[in-house]
Amino acid sequence: MAAPEPATPAWRRDHVRTISLYVHNRPGVLVRVALVFARRGYNIESLVVSPAAEGHFSRMTITCSGDPATLEQIIKQLHKLVDVVHALDHTGDDAYETEIALVKVECGLHERSEVLQIAEHFGAKVTDYGENSLMLRVYGSSEKLDAIITLLRPCGLRELIRSGKILMVRGLQET
Amino acid sequence: MTVDKIPTGAEKLVQCLEREGVEHIFGLSGGAVIPIFDALVDSRIKLILVRHEQGATHMADGYARATGRPGVVLVTSGPGATNTVTGLLTALMDSSPLIVITGQTNTVNLGKDAFQEADVTGITYPVVKHSYLVKDARDIPRVMREAFYIANTGRPGPVLIDIPKDISSGPCDAPFVEEISLPGYQVPTHAPQERVEAAARLLRDAERPLLYVGQGAVISNAGKAVIELAERLRAPIVNTLLGKGAADETHPLHLGMMGMHGTAYANKAVVHCDLIFAIGARWDDRVTGKVDEFCMDAKKIHLDIDTAEFNKVLRPDISLQGDARLVLEDLLAVLEPGETTAWIERCAAWRRQYPLKYPKKGGLRAQHVLDRLHHVTEGKAVITADVGQHQMWAAQFLKTAANRHWITSGGAGTMGFGWPAAIGAKFARPDAEVWAVVGDGGFQMTMAELATAAVHGLSARCLIINNNYLGMVRQWQELFYDNRLSGVDLEGNPDFVKLANAYGIEAFRIRRAADIDRQLKAARSVKGPALVVAEVLKEDNVFPMIPAGAPVSHMIIDPPRHRLEKPSGST
Repeated sequence: MAAPEPATPAWRRDHVRTISLYVHNRPGVLVRVALVFARRGYNIESLVVSPAAEGHFSRMTITCSGDPATLEQIIKQLHKLVDVVHALDHTGDDAYETEIALVKVECGLHERSEVLQIAEHFGAKVTDYGENSLMLRVYGSSEKLDAIITLLRPCGLRELIRSGKILMVRGLQET
Repeated sequence: MTVDKIPTGAEKLVQCLEREGVEHIFGLSGGAVIPIFDALVDSRIKLILVRHEQGATHMADGYARATGRPGVVLVTSGPGATNTVTGLLTALMDSSPLIVITGQTNTVNLGKDAFQEADVTGITYPVVKHSYLVKDARDIPRVMREAFYIANTGRPGPVLIDIPKDISSGPCDAPFVEEISLPGYQVPTHAPQERVEAAARLLRDAERPLLYVGQGAVISNAGKAVIELAERLRAPIVNTLLGKGAADETHPLHLGMMGMHGTAYANKAVVHCDLIFAIGARWDDRVTGKVDEFCMDAKKIHLDIDTAEFNKVLRPDISLQGDARLVLEDLLAVLEPGETTAWIERCAAWRRQYPLKYPKKGGLRAQHVLDRLHHVTEGKAVITADVGQHQMWAAQFLKTAANRHWITSGGAGTMGFGWPAAIGAKFARPDAEVWAVVGDGGFQMTMAELATAAVHGLSARCLIINNNYLGMVRQWQELFYDNRLSGVDLEGNPDFVKLANAYGIEAFRIRRAADIDRQLKAARSVKGPALVVAEVLKEDNVFPMIPAGAPVSHMIIDPPRHRLEKPSGST
């Protein structure tokens, strides 16, 4: 059996950046944003798009990893896109961050006490209680999600879906 | 036609073009764009039918660069649209305003591999400033207004508009649009006053200041302000390949072009300055050579309208975001001159010590032909250049005195640009003398446009510097690859004089130095297009030269006697 992975992978601890974009909701805007990353060989770790409070605008929260100089270029190039109203790097800002994960664990009725114990500890809700499987919903910081997933992996983890991180700056400062 | 008739999308589009002041469209028809060509029949806009869509984009680009107004291209879907990609890249890299309108298959067929369908917005995302796929005819007036505004404000660039055939042929009852709302798009003008004042202090304190002028100064028409700054500071000027003519290159403080094939005295000034002020220039790798060693001990001020250029190649001491002319005018208002007499004398000494030179004996040389072209045209012609050795020699020997008199593909280095760009420039400025300087390689990429010039009786001139080689690559192979020539011999070139004659174009040949003035003058006097072929030495090299990736101080001024290391730069 392989050694368990550390709770938070090195790339996340060292280099992960969170960028939020406020964009004019026009066709092609997502492709234009993605191309700014792709052209520089920069990997997007997660990307969440949803309508903003004002009509015709959307918010994107992007987490990515890579060297800071390239990221400075990327943010400026994102800002340069006609449909991007603003692009901000929130790494290190006083912001509330959260993420949701759905996890499916394969386990029989008599093997699940450990899984339920882990779930309870992390405040995860059981959303499907099946004969041979459990589905858990857990939310919180990306680091917390990494931790529960690491613990569930040896318990028969079958499927994992993460929403990607969303973030909002505290107080009246703009996200 | 009654007054109340609802126009088609195509008619509305053409009316929008008229409202934007468009006088010429460069285009090639096809199934998906017939409705728009049909609408042009009733328009005062002059349609210039090209022979290949790439030619249309370069013509529109030449038109735009000669005037500062957007050039307009109209092509059909699929291959017609994909043929514009090179022209879009060329315009984007050099910040040139283009409007490229592409026909598209009917909206119901989008994504179904219909005949002549291509995902044109998808293919062109990386080579446009912005683009539109119009799926509702009522959007046409807004899209057209936005497209022209985006193309020619801020840092200009190409905008593509993809219009399905059912949209152009269906009705459009939307009103014209005056006000536009683009919350994600701001146009910078002035830089913050405290930064301007900080820049003025750095300039005052510099003992060896240098003004490095690029395409941004051309676009904002900053030449007068650049000259005034140079005269008040007593600072020399150098320019990039694209910045030629922004400030008068014949001014005593002007040292000409810098960079890979710039003048030795310009590059000496770059190496020894203690302050370099980039005015609408972006520290391109052709200019800096090895960035880590570029002006290491000099203060750097960077003036650019595009904030993404700051800290991209290097970190300036002061960045000034804004329009080059406006920011320079603000700077002049607070500028105090420093003491630079010794520096000016040093630059003048370099100019005397390392002049541009070439042998006038031992065969016809391109430099000689271009030097004479400069004199025969009294330095007043609009010159378009293609890409290669001839381009560098033209940049060296044809001093550009006025803005928008030098047009070439710099960033993209697009062979085939020169001749169609000259056609576009001549349509834009019929009263100006327009010469294309091209090589035999690049010319053959777009020479079909001889027909376009011929059919309009357009008095554009084309000078082919013919060495029967892809000369710049041959030069690299000679200098860096043990002269192992590979894929550079253009054997099979046509007789260009006969070729021109076949289109009904008068043509002249220069075989020896004694022919030069006579043949150039003969070409000048032709009514309609004229072509001159200079049969130059096959194996001549462009010097000075900074090998790609080497520091500017490693400039090679004279032909080397020994083999050189392979350059570390990519191209």
